[in-house]
Amino acid sequence: MIHFDNVTKVYANQNRPALDHVSVDVDKGEFVFLVGSSGSGKSTFLRLILKEERPNSGAIHVAGKDLSRLSNFKVPHLRRRIGCVFQDFRLLPNKNVYENVAFALEVIGKPRRFIRKVVPEVIELVGLEGKAHRMPNELSGGEQQRVAMARAFVNRPMILLADEPTGNIDPATSIGIMKVLDRINRTGTTVVMATHDAAIVDSMRKRVVELEDGKIVRDQSRGVYGQAY
Amino acid sequence: MRANFIFSEVWIGLRRNLTMTIAVVITVAVGMAMLGVGLMINAQVGMMTSYWYDKVEVSVFLCTKNSDMPACKGKAVTQAQTQALKKQIEGLPGVEQVFYEDQATAYKNFQEAYANNKAMVDATKVEDMPTSFRVKLVNPDNYQPVIQALEGQPGVSQVVNQKDLISQFFTMLDKVRWGAIVVAVVLVLAAALLIGNTVRLSAFNRRRETGIMRLVGASNLYIQLPFIMEGMIAGLIGGVAAAIMLIVTKVLLFDEVAQFLSSGGAVIGWDDLASVITLTMIIGVVICVLASFVTLRRYLRV
Repeated sequence: MIHFDNVTKVYANQNRPALDHVSVDVDKGEFVFLVGSSGSGKSTFLRLILKEERPNSGAIHVAGKDLSRLSNFKVPHLRRRIGCVFQDFRLLPNKNVYENVAFALEVIGKPRRFIRKVVPEVIELVGLEGKAHRMPNELSGGEQQRVAMARAFVNRPMILLADEPTGNIDPATSIGIMKVLDRINRTGTTVVMATHDAAIVDSMRKRVVELEDGKIVRDQSRGVYGQAY
Repeated sequence: MRANFIFSEVWIGLRRNLTMTIAVVITVAVGMAMLGVGLMINAQVGMMTSYWYDKVEVSVFLCTKNSDMPACKGKAVTQAQTQALKKQIEGLPGVEQVFYEDQATAYKNFQEAYANNKAMVDATKVEDMPTSFRVKLVNPDNYQPVIQALEGQPGVSQVVNQKDLISQFFTMLDKVRWGAIVVAVVLVLAAALLIGNTVRLSAFNRRRETGIMRLVGASNLYIQLPFIMEGMIAGLIGGVAAAIMLIVTKVLLFDEVAQFLSSGGAVIGWDDLASVITLTMIIGVVICVLASFVTLRRYLRV
């Protein structure tokens, strides 16, 4: 599903590469934790999958497509099949829960009938039934992140990328968030999650890929967060 | 469904930047109105050059029956006088060519010149038209001797130096036209910059929405279209305002002044006005859309 082949990314005005000859394969339906300290290249990795950034060298394949040969015109179509969740939720503040989730479908031109059917289903999946008309500022952090996940998942993407989704959430609520992610993963969606959260990684025992200074130092199935911890 | 979404986004965008949108509308309106005035003057000038304008320098009008001119003393020119005059004119040094315009030809030229003033054409009959000699000079500036030689000759009602009569007026008209066009160009530039600013502000205000749209995979057109349409709508409203101003100008200015123009009533018609308005509206909208598009490329990451 995701194939990185000797990928290097150097940002302008920086000496050290953000990613340094990284090669990794993620299969369909896998759940992968991407761990590492700040600046190790986790966010860069995710942005390369979305084609928000282009690698300086190496090849990236997503769902069988070579990203370097994907025209700018086709990039939106790629992104429709990838869902994203962020640490800062990125909800629209003047739309309620239903509208926030529906937005993702409206902007790609889905008909209203489809939206009305699908959005309530996914709101229920993330455990927010009954709160569809709340505004984001009326929700707790955990609930807001669930809305973000509903929005990321509503179009049934192949891949779900999560960039430190529990970063702004207390440990107890984080467990709930991870349960939703697990539920999403079980429907067949490939999940790649970048995180600092040692407790979560240790409790779920999924594949762990550890980055340090842009290089992969560990790739362990059923791994824990780190040896030093 | 998709159209609904885009229109609601456009409406929200316009309302948020209402003051800047109004500024764009006004600038486009005045700019296009100036351009329109320039074009209208152009059309008017085109109408005013009569059949003989650039062919001859001196016109010698001969007396008609019931002529009011003092030189005629109420009598029409006779055949003999006409022949004599023709010989005299041909004999004058400095005369290159002489044309004779009879009443029928004069009437035909008159009809063409005043095609837009039906009332005047209907009120005039062939018999009212004076016959004339149209004289082309070897040296156009050396008209004085010719005029002096012919003025007061029997049968001559009036000797007119065409260029003298018309060129002063045309010079003034030319200045007005250039002035209008310069103002139009400056305003079009200002409008383009204003639109750029408005679109930038709009894009900045909506960066959260556009960021999410990009992430979620909305096509570039979907993301850019609301902004371009904002520019287009502002341009359209400005164009309509300009059209109204041009109509008012035609009615209040051109039609009134027409009586004093040397074409004596030949003034631009409604169809000329219609084509001017169409042209200015198209230019207005095109400029707005282009300015929006260029600004978006720079400030909206897609």
